[in-house]
Amino acid sequence: MINKVVASADEAIQDIQDNAVLMLGGFGLSGIPENGIQALLRKGVKGLTCISNNAGVDNFGIGLMLKTRQVKKMISSYVGENAEFERQLLSGELEVELIPQGTLAERIRAGGAGIPAFFTPAGYGTEVAEGKEVREFNGKMYLMEHWLKADFALVKAWKGDTAGNLIFKGTARNFSPMMAAAGKITIAEVEELVPAGELDPNAIHTPGIYVQRIFQGKDYEKRIEQRTVRQK
Amino acid sequence: MALDKNQIAQRIAKEVQNGQYINLGIGIPTLVANYIPDELEVVLQSENGLLGIGPFPTEDQIDADLINAGKQTVTMVKGSALFSSAESFAMIRGEHVHLTILGAMEVSENGDIANWKIPGKMVKGMGGAMDLVASAENIIVAMQHCSKDGASKLLPQCELPITGIRCVKKIVTDLAVLEIDPNGGFRLLERAPGVSVEEIKAATAGKLIIEGEVPEMTF
Repeated sequence: MINKVVASADEAIQDIQDNAVLMLGGFGLSGIPENGIQALLRKGVKGLTCISNNAGVDNFGIGLMLKTRQVKKMISSYVGENAEFERQLLSGELEVELIPQGTLAERIRAGGAGIPAFFTPAGYGTEVAEGKEVREFNGKMYLMEHWLKADFALVKAWKGDTAGNLIFKGTARNFSPMMAAAGKITIAEVEELVPAGELDPNAIHTPGIYVQRIFQGKDYEKRIEQRTVRQK
Repeated sequence: MALDKNQIAQRIAKEVQNGQYINLGIGIPTLVANYIPDELEVVLQSENGLLGIGPFPTEDQIDADLINAGKQTVTMVKGSALFSSAESFAMIRGEHVHLTILGAMEVSENGDIANWKIPGKMVKGMGGAMDLVASAENIIVAMQHCSKDGASKLLPQCELPITGIRCVKKIVTDLAVLEIDPNGGFRLLERAPGVSVEEIKAATAGKLIIEGEVPEMTF
């Protein structure tokens, strides 16, 4: 089996250059590539375009890279809960493209699946439709949307093996399987790295063909944005 | 008396039918789950990749890898399923989700909805709202009838950037239950207890359709 293992996050991202286009998995702070983001902060690459559903919070996730001004453009569906983001956006320092969440997911899926464009009803009649081709199918109006690809995709999985096969946990899966396929170089960090053969092939969410580098992650904080509990 | 948020949620829960798959938006819609009668078998969808949202966790059940679309920690009911965001929106776009309940800043009399952006002031993004309103077969909006300064949010046309066109079916506000007439207009179905038709008229900027006696809501 092809061995995809690299020693560390720093080694995994060492060839990410200024102005690269990145995809980063995660929904809110759930399932974000914590180790990869820390390594990007250490490397200090700038001018990044980040495709990620959210932009983290002020002091965690992609929010950390906004603070250090490493991000030139965000492509996201929802960017609330981040005061620094809103400040940079309203002042024009940060370029932002907001995309309906399902369209974002499908554009990434299309990128990985070799589908250059598709039609979706989401955003028809809104400012999202500006400049896009509109077609009618069965009496309903649809927008043409294009695939999205990235130079690098950074995803975080629960378990992975040395061949790059990945299993996600809970709702931490979200955008990561599609991003893994849409990244030219996909870097997976995992909570538990095991030898090839130890994961049940029936349970693999992302086959190793989509993953170029994998490493054992460490020190996961797994911060919770909205800790909501009930009494017993 | 105008309804509070929980009462709006409680009234919306009466619209839920047995066997439905339902997507609840952030805010008042999330509260609807508290009022769905136990005898109804329904499944709540969370667009970040879960079918079968359960109650909030107790302190010892908290799992950072299990959240709803509002990023709140949740649990899963028996028979839940987990999936990717692409799969999640395939369910939504493919019209497999029967009912969508979401909040709004404005609704127009032809069923347009605005809830994602206030130019120059607030830019949070549309999240999954545009996908949901473009595809759901039944959309119920939970909202306040007027803004804090008293301006009607039920308008002839939306003034804010819209999220979707001609999609809202029913609206439950703190004052009334209304449905969008296919030919345009807010058809008044029910009044909040103690709220008069005159008060609702005064609070509705869009075309209000009133036919016969308008009953008070029951819960």
